[in-house]
Amino acid sequence: MRIGLEATCLVDGMFPQVGRATVRLLERLGHEVVFPLEQSCCGQMHINTGYGRFALPLVRRYADAFADVDAVVVPSGSCAGSVRHQHAALARAAGDEGLARAAKEVAARTYELSELLVDVLGLADVGAYYPHRVTYHPTCHSLRVLRVGEKPLRLLRNVEALDLVELPEAESCCGFGGTFALKNPDVSAAMLADKMRHVLSTRADVCTAGDSSCLMHIGGGLGRLSTGVRTVHLAEILASTKDDAESGATHATGTAQGVAS
Amino acid sequence: MPTAPRGVGNLRGEEGFPAAARTALADPQLRRNLGHATRTIRAKRASVVAEVPDWQELRAAGAAIKDDVLARLPELLVQLEEQVTARGGTVHWARDAAEANAIVTRLVQATGADEVVKVKSMATQEIGLNEALEAAGIAAWETDLAELIVQLGHDKPSHILVPAIHRNRAEIREIFLREMGKVGRPAPEGLTDEPRALAEAARLHLRRKFLSARVAVSGANFAVADSGTLAVVESEGNGRMCLTLPQTLITVMGIEKLVPTWQDLEVFLQLLPRSSTGERMNPYTSLWTGVTPGDGPQEFHLVLLDNGRTATLADPEGRAALRCIRCSACLNVCPVYERTGGHAYGSVYPGPIGAVLSPQLTGVEDNATLPYASTLCGACFDACPVAIDIPTMLVHLRNRVTEAKEAHGPLPGAEATAMRAAAFAMSDRRRWTLALRSAKLGRLLGRDGRIAAVPPPLTRWTRTRDLPVPPPESFRDWWVREHGGRS
Repeated sequence: MRIGLEATCLVDGMFPQVGRATVRLLERLGHEVVFPLEQSCCGQMHINTGYGRFALPLVRRYADAFADVDAVVVPSGSCAGSVRHQHAALARAAGDEGLARAAKEVAARTYELSELLVDVLGLADVGAYYPHRVTYHPTCHSLRVLRVGEKPLRLLRNVEALDLVELPEAESCCGFGGTFALKNPDVSAAMLADKMRHVLSTRADVCTAGDSSCLMHIGGGLGRLSTGVRTVHLAEILASTKDDAESGATHATGTAQGVAS
Repeated sequence: MPTAPRGVGNLRGEEGFPAAARTALADPQLRRNLGHATRTIRAKRASVVAEVPDWQELRAAGAAIKDDVLARLPELLVQLEEQVTARGGTVHWARDAAEANAIVTRLVQATGADEVVKVKSMATQEIGLNEALEAAGIAAWETDLAELIVQLGHDKPSHILVPAIHRNRAEIREIFLREMGKVGRPAPEGLTDEPRALAEAARLHLRRKFLSARVAVSGANFAVADSGTLAVVESEGNGRMCLTLPQTLITVMGIEKLVPTWQDLEVFLQLLPRSSTGERMNPYTSLWTGVTPGDGPQEFHLVLLDNGRTATLADPEGRAALRCIRCSACLNVCPVYERTGGHAYGSVYPGPIGAVLSPQLTGVEDNATLPYASTLCGACFDACPVAIDIPTMLVHLRNRVTEAKEAHGPLPGAEATAMRAAAFAMSDRRRWTLALRSAKLGRLLGRDGRIAAVPPPLTRWTRTRDLPVPPPESFRDWWVREHGGRS
């Protein structure tokens, strides 16, 4: 399958290891990955902050960049959710029916990572090896916009040597919310404090999720408190193999999100 | 379209949400009270909703009935007026809060009464009726237990269904002991903070009010257009006392509270109690149609309130907020409400529904911080019994806030500048590649792989969190290096 990678602006600029892990994983599974350099951002930051108009060119770029791939993979539930639920509506609101059609067409081929693996590629076991105690935070947009449900957990349960521990009150928001964290920093911090308390109660070494943004927020809080708990994107865990672990490759255990390599 | 007027009613706070939230967050007792209460109601609601096999179909039916009402509102309102009038009631039309208050004040004055008893009503809270009556020398006694606690505490309600959710039992006991005697029967001596003892104190205090009051003011949960029937659902029975004992009954109702027929009511009498109190059915459902000679109030007035609702109806993207049946399920699942409580929203409608309803009733410029009082986590949409897509509506209202600012000239401020700059860089491959490379300069701020303080506008982020240091190489630069020209 020829799969286009939408790296997301955050992964491209801040967490390239997540993009590299996604490429490594899909290539290991026998697929061709392409990265159209014309892409930049899904525009969600603009849309959700009230600057939807600014996002229109980005919606067009997205539709153009991925016009000729079989599927688009996004290592972010939030960005995949924006493509699927906001792009066509934004184009329609702007009176551009042509773009709305194109956006709808590409959105139907756009998947968050766990959706691509489970629904499209029919995999529950990707042959990963990750010897750590891990807890999973189901980010709000993966959970309630995309409805990925149990897919990430199924994938994690099949990772060899991984000890999966349940996160208390997992479904409550971590408090990031894009620019919410800037506009309402105090409420955001209060929500983060509760999320960190729950993560620490699991005694996990690693907190994982399908969104770098939420992990940046949680990891930033855990880092400030010097808890020693790392945040690692789901893609990095699924890309890890026993060979990596034995060879001591840096990407084998994933790179902490809150603390860049 | 006229919106709710300024200077009257309770739809606007004195400060924006972020500042008001800061005050609430600094109160650990409030956080504990709220956390405990919302967790309890959440669990109750989840279990009784799970019992209903066709809950999603019921939700869809509720949404469809309300959408039909909104599409035919003028016609149904006229039908309601005809039916109420034919059965001996009088209908009054109020464009806004000021008109509604004036109508009710005039009606009370015409009876010669100087006090009224009230059944809990969001509409009268919205328009500030108690304050208006007080200004005219008329005392309004709240009879709902939680409203009574709020009124005696000289406080404001902080939840649609549980107005005193921010208070615990010990605080309530103190309020009763301190205040009840000033306005009627004092609290019994030796009052404890046992729920039963507190309820009994309220019961004794209120009974005197019920037996002496000649006028009652109520809200309405529903009005059936084809029969002219009004409905109030409640848990305590105090509402039923108000609706049956006094001579004159005045009901103030938002114009969106209609349902076309009795059959439609059936859907909502299932949706509302399970969503709001987590009960299969509410203990008291009172229904009345006009007046019945010799039984109950002999004079019935219905005040139909607009106060920004027609303006809300005019926006196709925002009008679904008028489906709301005030169950408060969205408040109880909202992680933002759980931390801040209702006062931070500045309006009688707090939480997620308040964040979409209040700015529409007042015009977005007056409540411009409310659409941002959410992480868009979506828990409210899942909980809403009439399937209001609150997150999508919040995003729509954020865009309206920006447009409203833009109407006064070019968008000011660091945020608009940053948004414009980001959009400019992201719209061109060369510019975006350069922007990502220049982000590496951020590495200079880092120590041990993290950044603990940054210049504005990101300063607030690093007050409680570290930012990661930008990587030495962006993903796209790595891709080009590894894969050459393949793209």
